[in-house]
Amino acid sequence: MAQAMPKVDVVLVGFGWTGAILAQQLCDAGLSVLALERAAARSTPVNWATTFDQDELRYMWRHHLFQNVKYSTLTFRNNIHQSALPMRHLGSFLPGTGVGGAGIHWNGQIWRWLESDFKLKSHNEARYGKQATAGLTLQDMPVSYQELEPYYDMFDKTCGTSGQAGNLSGAKQTGGNPFEAPRSAPYPTPPLPMTYGPKLFEQAAASMGLHPFPHPAGNLSQEYTNPLGMQLGKCTFCGFCEKFGCGNYSKASPQTTLIPYILTKPNFELRTESEVLKVERTPDGRHATGVTYIDSAGIEHFQPADIVALTAYQLHNVHLMLVSGIGQPYDPATGQGHVGKNYCYQTMGSVDVFFDDKLLNPFIGAGALASVIDDYNGDNFDHSGLGFIGGAYIAGMVTGARPIEMVRVPDGVPKWGLEWKHAAKKYFLRAMGLSVHGSSYPQAGNYLDLDPTYKDQFGRPMLRMTFDFPPNDLKMSQYCTDRAAEIARNMGASSVHAKPRKGPYDITHYQTTHNVGGTMMGESPADSVVNKYSQSWNVANLFVTGAGLYPQNPGYNPTGTLAALAYLTADAIKTKYVKAAGQPLVAA
Amino acid sequence: MSAAWPRSRGKRVLLVIAILVALLIAASVGSWLWFKLNPVEIVEPPPGVLALLTQPIPDGPIADLVRRGRYLTIAGDCMSCHTRAGGQPFAGGLGLQTPFGTIYSSNITGDGDYGIGGWTPAQFYRVLHDGRSKTLGRLYPAMPYPHFTVVSRADSDAMLAFLKSVPAEHYNPPANRLPFPLDIRLVMIGWNLLNFSPHGFKADPRQSAEWNRGAYLVRGPGHCGACHTQKTVLGAEKSDKALQGAVIENRFAPDLTGNPRTGLGRWSAADIFEYLRTGRNQHAGAVGQMAEVVTYSTSLLSDADLNAIVTYLKSLPASPDTASGAPSAAAMRAGHAIFFDACTACHLVEAKGQPRMFPPLGGSAVAQQRDPTGLIGLILGGGRTAPTLARPSFQTMPSFAWKLDDQQIADVASYVRNSWGNRASPVSAKQVATIRSKLDLRQPLGRGD
Repeated sequence: MAQAMPKVDVVLVGFGWTGAILAQQLCDAGLSVLALERAAARSTPVNWATTFDQDELRYMWRHHLFQNVKYSTLTFRNNIHQSALPMRHLGSFLPGTGVGGAGIHWNGQIWRWLESDFKLKSHNEARYGKQATAGLTLQDMPVSYQELEPYYDMFDKTCGTSGQAGNLSGAKQTGGNPFEAPRSAPYPTPPLPMTYGPKLFEQAAASMGLHPFPHPAGNLSQEYTNPLGMQLGKCTFCGFCEKFGCGNYSKASPQTTLIPYILTKPNFELRTESEVLKVERTPDGRHATGVTYIDSAGIEHFQPADIVALTAYQLHNVHLMLVSGIGQPYDPATGQGHVGKNYCYQTMGSVDVFFDDKLLNPFIGAGALASVIDDYNGDNFDHSGLGFIGGAYIAGMVTGARPIEMVRVPDGVPKWGLEWKHAAKKYFLRAMGLSVHGSSYPQAGNYLDLDPTYKDQFGRPMLRMTFDFPPNDLKMSQYCTDRAAEIARNMGASSVHAKPRKGPYDITHYQTTHNVGGTMMGESPADSVVNKYSQSWNVANLFVTGAGLYPQNPGYNPTGTLAALAYLTADAIKTKYVKAAGQPLVAA
Repeated sequence: MSAAWPRSRGKRVLLVIAILVALLIAASVGSWLWFKLNPVEIVEPPPGVLALLTQPIPDGPIADLVRRGRYLTIAGDCMSCHTRAGGQPFAGGLGLQTPFGTIYSSNITGDGDYGIGGWTPAQFYRVLHDGRSKTLGRLYPAMPYPHFTVVSRADSDAMLAFLKSVPAEHYNPPANRLPFPLDIRLVMIGWNLLNFSPHGFKADPRQSAEWNRGAYLVRGPGHCGACHTQKTVLGAEKSDKALQGAVIENRFAPDLTGNPRTGLGRWSAADIFEYLRTGRNQHAGAVGQMAEVVTYSTSLLSDADLNAIVTYLKSLPASPDTASGAPSAAAMRAGHAIFFDACTACHLVEAKGQPRMFPPLGGSAVAQQRDPTGLIGLILGGGRTAPTLARPSFQTMPSFAWKLDDQQIADVASYVRNSWGNRASPVSAKQVATIRSKLDLRQPLGRGD
């Protein structure tokens, strides 16, 4: 029998980026907020201090900051004809665990979607005809870029994002992204200075008539104090962002931008090592009464709340919806149901670029240190006759030179032995990668549901992932990676190794931690799980945040948009929901 | 003065000498022993305690008195010492490490058994004014009654009203861990005779009202001298060295006089104000005990009171500049290399620092104190900048105890104390070893594992 705890206004399930955003916004609005985090409290001095944070073996290879599959995993198969098996080692993606979530070990790449990304289905069908989207279960978002812009801006100001605007309220800006949607304000801090590798990319791209600009970065170019008084330091280009915590407070994370502020609030409480098992509801199922969670001593508690918000990682939000029986699970055979539908990923291609005569010193790196072009992203180029839709940004990026992970050797060099050693030594400081960061569009057979066989440590069915790259996305990756290789050759490279994404999807090799969809937002219960305010169509006092809201994944890193959507959700709860508690904010 | 005190002058002198000898023995033998047995506690007050000091106090018959009392307890920073890790605010139980042993703060919530629930205003005033407790008898000056003595009866009554209004905790703090004969509170009769006479605040008519307010806050409730003034062998403050800096709990409370190298001489009035309000300025960040003082006291004072404190501090004449020897070239070379590897991630090359984030070290007063204890302690144990309402971030300097050995820390400390225009005595490996042991910090990896 679960022990009942004192009731709160809002219970948050998970305390990473979106949990912290909701906590800050709702505490400031006077609501009592409790965050339940499944794993431990984590902080800069204890968990990733400068004295030990650049430890590749500990963090990257021994997964010090990631979800431990011993306690939490999922099963996987490429298609519905296979039997899924549990993942016993993380590979393709690396979800976080503990306070701050994956917001600790991200690269700090902060993007906004294109205006057309919000209306992806209708936009592409209008331009290329209905056959262009055939085989893809694309959907428009119920919010527009214009509605989301103020919240994008809030997130930029929270993080202190470093970058160069390309479009300020409609006026094009030199040096920025000419394709970006209008921004209401410049980036809070100037772009990171480019090092040699990104500079070579910038020059090559510009000489080809493309439009390079500095990658928007959550690794700050200078000291910054955000509107809450939180302070970030200047990035020192140590090259340990992705998969690492930042020891000197220069990467935007929940810990550096929000959490210490939230901890000063008397109406906030954080309970760590408290894993939510289920969302509880009234007998008619229309209202959430709270959540049941289990603490590290194995004791179950019932936490009553007026509002329940699922603020965990996308995979866990979907899992919790399914094990709580909320909404109709998606069935690929019939196309009925929406929970778990439109699971998408990111279609990552890359190009290795080698120089015999240039010393790049890539150990001077940062998570978002790149010159990038957006000419081949989304619908920024004409897809007529190409046989696919979507695209990728192409980045000449130097995130660092981690000595185990980042040894590149040209094509044709053996995988081991003396020749490999010579090449590895020669090119360690003379090679870099171009990232081809491609969109991922949904198809009917890609989805998340509950595994019929395997159970987790609490006896619940595991989440099952069924995924493979749609032909559309593989064609896109081939095309965009070819464009990247052209730029690479123009950089004066001595050799170029293009690696477009090929099927089938291999979950064992790292690609990126960008898992989206499954709790998508839409116009009505007939097409989605939640409305534009992230409010469940079925349970009016249940809200769901994160990348699960995306019906598909544009060619950008997801954090900027999911953070903006969390601010929009918080605003809707503060200004709309509290005045109409228990009511849907959008008529079904 | 106490009625128990001998009337004959000869007997008084004998008694005082006897106490003096006892205290000296205690200081040398007892404290050594007790430090060995009682390592320093990590002070981490429970979250949300700030709310008690910042949430509006609802209207009621004595609301104004309670509000005034709360402000005075903030000015006196009662919170920092009277709150233990994990305990209710003001419920006491925090062990204060004095050179004489561990003294535990008392429960000053309204609890009827262990707190001050049953105390009368007169009894409470006697604590502040005379250092005499209803329940404990004569207090040790770890409770800074030599400062609080200037607090008026009306202010004392207000503080009591506030403390009785906070949530009471039924908690009995541990007994003090003092060696004989210091555990007998009667010895404080002699201490008080030598070091203390109850008094009120005497304004200096030659100074402005603001200066006098500042003097009252600094010398009275703020009890700055309790940390920042060197002590006599008996633990009393040396009045001729007031606020010139002192070792406290194995750290160093810096010089607050106008000395441009070790004191506040390079700080503008606005710099001092910003430091006290936000816990940081372009020169330094508040860490260690001072971080708590800023979080629970100075950051919550009114602008007028902070300005008064600034005016008073800026009027303090510079402490004498002490001579210092220069470190060896070898130490400077090693120190430079260690600095580049271990310190530049935050303090940047040439120690330019990042204002309000990571202090610049050229010109740093903390680095140049005549006694390097504070700098050594910071490198060994690390430190956390005070979180304040204006600046909730708590940037942290990590501990290097596990990473650098005594000689390496000595070299980098000597280098920091003598680079970028800094000048201070070199640091020896022995000094580092002593502080490592006193702070009960581990040996570096590969040594003593």
